Amino acid sequence: MSHESVYDGLVEDHGDVSGQWAFGTSFEDPLAGVDTTLPDGVDGADLAAYCLGLGDDALVLSHRLSQWCSRAPDLEDDIAVANIALDLLGQARLLLARAAAADPAVVPALPEGSPAPDEDRLAFFREAGDLRCTRLVELEHGDFAHLVVRLLLFSTARLALLHRLAGSRDHVLAAIGAKGATEVTYHRDYAARWVVTLARGTEESRRRLLAALEQLAPWHAEQLEAHPVATRLAQAGVGVDPAGTADEVAAVLAQVLDEAHAAWPEAPPRAGVRGLAGRDGMHTEALGRLLAEMQVVARAHPLGRW
Amino acid sequence: MAGVSSTATGALRARALTRADAEAAAGTVTDPEMPMLTLVDLGVLREVTVDGTTDGSEGTGVTVALTPTYSGCPAMATMRDDLVRALSEAGFDEVRVQVRLSPPWTSDWITPRGRAALREHRISPPGAAGPRSSGPVPLSLTATRRLLTCPRCGAEDTELTSEYGPTACTAIYRCTVCREPFEHVKEI
Repeated sequence: MSHESVYDGLVEDHGDVSGQWAFGTSFEDPLAGVDTTLPDGVDGADLAAYCLGLGDDALVLSHRLSQWCSRAPDLEDDIAVANIALDLLGQARLLLARAAAADPAVVPALPEGSPAPDEDRLAFFREAGDLRCTRLVELEHGDFAHLVVRLLLFSTARLALLHRLAGSRDHVLAAIGAKGATEVTYHRDYAARWVVTLARGTEESRRRLLAALEQLAPWHAEQLEAHPVATRLAQAGVGVDPAGTADEVAAVLAQVLDEAHAAWPEAPPRAGVRGLAGRDGMHTEALGRLLAEMQVVARAHPLGRW
Repeated sequence: MAGVSSTATGALRARALTRADAEAAAGTVTDPEMPMLTLVDLGVLREVTVDGTTDGSEGTGVTVALTPTYSGCPAMATMRDDLVRALSEAGFDEVRVQVRLSPPWTSDWITPRGRAALREHRISPPGAAGPRSSGPVPLSLTATRRLLTCPRCGAEDTELTSEYGPTACTAIYRCTVCREPFEHVKEI
C-alpha cells in the first residue's frame, strides 16, 4: 500500500517497539548516502562552525516566519510565508546535518536511547550562546512591513552567498548552495515586490515600511562582516567570505529602494558587544525567548517516541 | 502494492532479480502530494542499481537514489517508505534509499508523461526552467510572466494569484475566462 497522504507516514505502525523520534519525520538521515568526507586541508571544527552559522540563520528565521502562520494579511501571503519558512527549514536541516558530520563534537549529548537525530539535537538542545545566527534573524516581530523588510535584507545577502557557495570544494555545501539559491531567488523577489508595494501604496503603508527599514537597517551590516571562520574557509575554497558579496548586495538593495522611492537610513550599524556578535554566540535577548518556545517540548521529552 | 500480485512476486523470486525488475517496482511509486505522478514522472527517482547483477548472479539488494524537489520537501520520508515497501514486495531483501543532492532537481526533469498527467488533473505543467546564469541572479520586481493555458477550459488568458501555492512546487493562477483557480508547477 502506498501512503494516501504524507501524514500517513507519520502515524503508521512500524511493527516494532522502537517507533520514531517524536519531533521529526521518519527520514532519519537527510544526508543518507551522501559523501561527507572532509575536503583536503579543511579543519572539521571550522567547517562545522561555518555550517552552524548558515544553518542557524535559516533555522531561526524559519521559526520567526512560521510564527506568522494564520496571521498574514491574506491567505495567499500566509501560504507564501509558510512556504518560505519550509524552504529555510530544509536548508537548516541539511546544514546542521553537515555540521554534525564535519565535527560530531558540536552535537549536544542526550540521555542514552534518545532517538533524536543529530540535526534535531543541534536545533533543540543548544543554548542561545551556542547558536551562530546573525542578530537580524532573531529580533522580535513587528508588523507585516517588518516581515518583508527583514526578509529582503536576509534573502539578498543569502542569495549572493549561496550562489557563490555552489562553487565550494565541499560537495555537500556546493549542493546546498546550488539548490538554496534557486529557492531564495523566489524569497527575495517576494520580499522586494512587497517592499515596493508598501512603499508606494497608501500613506500608512509607506509610513510603516519606512519605520521597519529604519528599525532593521542597522542590523544589516552584520550579515556581511567577515568572521575568522568564514575567512579561513573562503581561503580554502570551501566557504564564502560574506564581505566579498557586499557590492552585489548593496546594488540589489539600491535597486529595490530606488523603485520604492526610499533612501537607506542614516543610522549607523549596530555594534557587537566587546567586538562579538551573532556568529560568536553573542545575541539579543529575543533569541533566548524564541528558543524557549521552540525547544520546550523536545527538551521535556528527549526520549520521546510515538 | 498495485501491479505486483503475490503470484507475480513468486514468479520474480524464481529467477534472478534484475535492474528492470527493480525499475518496474520503483516505477509504480507515486508522489504523495501529487499522486497522479510517479516518482519517475516527477524526475526525483534518479537511479536504481541492483547488487551483483554484473556477473549474472541473483541480485537481492537494491539501491535507489532520490533527489528532493525542494530542500524542505516534507514528502521525502513518505517516498522513502513507499520505495522500500514496493521493492521489498518485488522480492528485494535489502533496499537502500539514498539522497542525491547534486545536481539539484529541476522542473525540466518532469517527463512528458508526467506533464500529460498533470494536465489531465487540471494542473498546469511547468515551462522550461532555462539555464542557470553564472553571474549574479537578477532581481525581478514584477511578477514572473508566464504564458499559460487554463488546464480547465483551455483559454490562454490567465492571471497570477500567488507565486506560492499549497505545495512547495506550485503557484496559484486564475483563468480570466472561466474564472476558475488552478495550480501551476513552478519552473525551478
